[in-house]
Amino acid sequence: MGGTFLKKAKMPSSVDYRDVQGLVRFGFARMTEACYLLLRIKDAAAAREWLRNAPITTAEEKKPLPQTALQLAFTSEGLKKMQVPASVIEGFAAAFRLGMAGEENLSRRLGDIGANSPERWLWGSSGKVPHAVVMLFAGPGLLEGWKQSIQTKSWTAAFDEIACLPTTDMGGVEPFGFIDGISQPELDWEQARRVSINGDQLEYGNLVCLGEFLLGYSNEYGRFTDRPLLDPRDRGSEELLSAADQPEKKDLGLNGTFVVMRQLEQEVRGFWQFLDKASGADRDARYKLAEAFVGRAYSDGAPLVPLNKTPIAGVGSASSDAKRKQDIERNQFTYNSDVDGTRCPFGAHIRRGNPRNSDIPGDPKGLISHLIHILGFGNKNVRDDLIASTRFHRVLRRGREYGKKLSPDEALQPAPSDDGERGLHFVAVNANITRQFEFVQNAWMMRTKFDGLTEESDPLLGNREAVPGCPFTNSFSLPQENGVRRRIMDVPQFIVVRGGAYFFLPSMRALRYLCKIGS
Amino acid sequence: MPQSNVMVTAPLKMEREAELRSLLASMNEAAGKVNPANSLVPFERFGQLHFARFVILQDQTLEDIHTAYGLAPVDYPLSLAFIADFDGTADAFRDELARRAADGLQRIFSCCQGFTPGEDLARWMKDHENPAAAMYKNWRGRTVRQIHEENALRLALEGHLESNPASLAGKTPRQIHATLKEFVRTENLSGRLTLTDPPPTPLGWWFKNLIHFIGVPLLLLVLTPFLILYLPVFIYQLRTREKHDTEIAPPVSLCYERKLALLEDYDVTNQFTVMGAIKPGLFRRWTMSFLLWVVDWTARHIYIRGHLARISTIHAARWVFLNQKRRMVFASNYDGSLDSYMDDFINKVGWGLNVVFSNGVSYPTTNWLVLDGSKDEQKYKYVLRRHQLPTEVWYKAYPGLSAFDLKRNTLIRQGIEQSAMSDAALRQWVALF
Repeated sequence: MGGTFLKKAKMPSSVDYRDVQGLVRFGFARMTEACYLLLRIKDAAAAREWLRNAPITTAEEKKPLPQTALQLAFTSEGLKKMQVPASVIEGFAAAFRLGMAGEENLSRRLGDIGANSPERWLWGSSGKVPHAVVMLFAGPGLLEGWKQSIQTKSWTAAFDEIACLPTTDMGGVEPFGFIDGISQPELDWEQARRVSINGDQLEYGNLVCLGEFLLGYSNEYGRFTDRPLLDPRDRGSEELLSAADQPEKKDLGLNGTFVVMRQLEQEVRGFWQFLDKASGADRDARYKLAEAFVGRAYSDGAPLVPLNKTPIAGVGSASSDAKRKQDIERNQFTYNSDVDGTRCPFGAHIRRGNPRNSDIPGDPKGLISHLIHILGFGNKNVRDDLIASTRFHRVLRRGREYGKKLSPDEALQPAPSDDGERGLHFVAVNANITRQFEFVQNAWMMRTKFDGLTEESDPLLGNREAVPGCPFTNSFSLPQENGVRRRIMDVPQFIVVRGGAYFFLPSMRALRYLCKIGS
Repeated sequence: MPQSNVMVTAPLKMEREAELRSLLASMNEAAGKVNPANSLVPFERFGQLHFARFVILQDQTLEDIHTAYGLAPVDYPLSLAFIADFDGTADAFRDELARRAADGLQRIFSCCQGFTPGEDLARWMKDHENPAAAMYKNWRGRTVRQIHEENALRLALEGHLESNPASLAGKTPRQIHATLKEFVRTENLSGRLTLTDPPPTPLGWWFKNLIHFIGVPLLLLVLTPFLILYLPVFIYQLRTREKHDTEIAPPVSLCYERKLALLEDYDVTNQFTVMGAIKPGLFRRWTMSFLLWVVDWTARHIYIRGHLARISTIHAARWVFLNQKRRMVFASNYDGSLDSYMDDFINKVGWGLNVVFSNGVSYPTTNWLVLDGSKDEQKYKYVLRRHQLPTEVWYKAYPGLSAFDLKRNTLIRQGIEQSAMSDAALRQWVALF
């Protein structure tokens, strides 16, 4: 059935990179210094004044490569503060308008309870919600100068800096020591991908429709994600382009997207010391267990399951040979080769975060087989078809580490009295916060019932909080070939949420719109 | 023993709505968290009860029929619905309910029209029964008692595995199975574990079930020539309507969103109640009736072991007509949060949602009954949320257990009770832990 009912191809307009903020396309990896300025807007007029001249970096490729970058995003409170009319803000999805910390139900779903509760956050909870974030990136030694250069007179008049979140270049690894950011969705910038609205996609692919990461384009459902569409008579709308799906409207979302930020404190000592204890102080066993938690090798980030012999769409499409080879070695795999979880545990961090499945399990061949699967009779294993199709739940990660780096060996030592906090400023880009970030965090990371498991949540991110009726939630199972699973008990909480917010990352045109309104 | 279900509905006495709402609220520890021992209906004392809910049927979308078809909206009175899924027969359950929760139910139902205090409760509930057009249960014949016993079995086995890792190291699945079986035998003997045999199913039930199993396809077979003759007309009627029906799919207000969300995600399972009008005219009404008749047959005879088509997260679901099939209520108990439930539905059984719910007013446009519709993801989610009702009181007999947990526990028990298993089956069995 796949491909039978193809979406009628709309002529894809090529993306105007000059209108998109660079973060969607680049991680600015060469700019090893970065900080996030969390702002409250004091004076909207001054903010507009600053914004008119702000050196915001676009997704356009520049030669020579720039040394600095600046990105700007607003929370819904911030948009209000910028005098965006309420009727326009209502066009944003409820998740963005409600924010990350305001709702008890959302906190339950995201696992933001207990030590993660918003009332304990450093920023982002009620009264401490930033209006905007300015992300600064710079090459070695350049950040401080870059920061000063943007803090002009109008900046001072416009903003209160509620925090400046620093980052640390840990050389491509996250604080626990594993290589970070290995698996990213490949954005379909060319809009060549065609999705079948009614048919199933039979294979996992890493090439994802642009509309999953950028508003105003077709998404994995072959639809346009909701965003504010303005009447051409609305003030400021002359700055905006027409919406592709509703040409009579002006698209405030086009080339913009949402950014999820969470400050995740990592208990690096707690992590390695627990692993050491759980593996009987055996060095090899300690790393093995850490790798099972993560789902990748410590040394090189290779997956714990064998690579696929056949290519996966969107894996290994980098321009340089070395990068392509590395991507294939790290990402050309699915878990079809490990249905019993004996190589990579079902609950491993990367298996939860990206289960790499297709729309329908069991690789049905032919119409009859497909029909049998559709009716629910095609499963061979008891766990088949428990996980939602991955392609609707991808996020693009752009986070940066913070705090002092510790090696695993150092982490085994007792903490000195001045041992500071370390962790990750998790930054994720997605067009639909509910279906992408919140879903992954809720249904895959935090849920104690993920993939037929019970009594355990994500080994890294889990909050170990009680679930009514469950004896505990702090275990981790390692399925064994020909035997009963090995189960690690009493896994402590390794990661504590310290802050977070949802931001709208406007296009350059939408920023010009912000300059026009209210002025 | 077969499971049964009831759904009692009755219009409210307008002047007592506030009283009823506060009565229902008093059954909860907090909104969305039932007190299972509450004094009005102490659910936990009914050992046969799987799920129960009280919900005030307050359709948020009464105006839709005017918006979409220009018809005058009917001002239906608010109704109270009491829904329960349990083991055994409905008569036995109603009797026990009337006996053991008499005072509470008297107080609740006296807020309804046509109820006089002191009335025979069991009889009144039977008179106000609203039978489901289609009913799905996750696992035929699995009793609450069995669920509790099997969960205790798994926990005991897990505990044993945890405290005796050495005795099982290096053993084959066959040896592990034998060891665990022996452990269960001694636990059984000492009375620490109980595995009761399932209570027998009355012969009469099997007979009726068999008649239904054969009868529906037979009737369909007889009808086939007529259905085939009618098909071109049906297609014409369907396509004309599909081209003209109106979608009504604005997102709900933040206020209503909060009201619904407040009740969700305490347990690993959630409740879900939606209601709405069926599109006007006989065509939609009959199409829906016919399709639900088929759905009911498959749910009763085919999907009886842990999944409804590709969906394995539903514990129980019912489709119920109201007001001479002009309106419908759908109520279910599902695992996970609403968003994952909706995504599951769209991606796995979008066609199934379409065939039934596209006959409801405001549903996203379908083509050929099965195509599109729910695949318009955002609209579909908005429509669903818009038709959803806050479930005032919701009880589940086994908090913390998902439908998959129940299945795994049953498979573990079956393995323990089986004498001869192949090596492959044993390997799969030990992997269940």
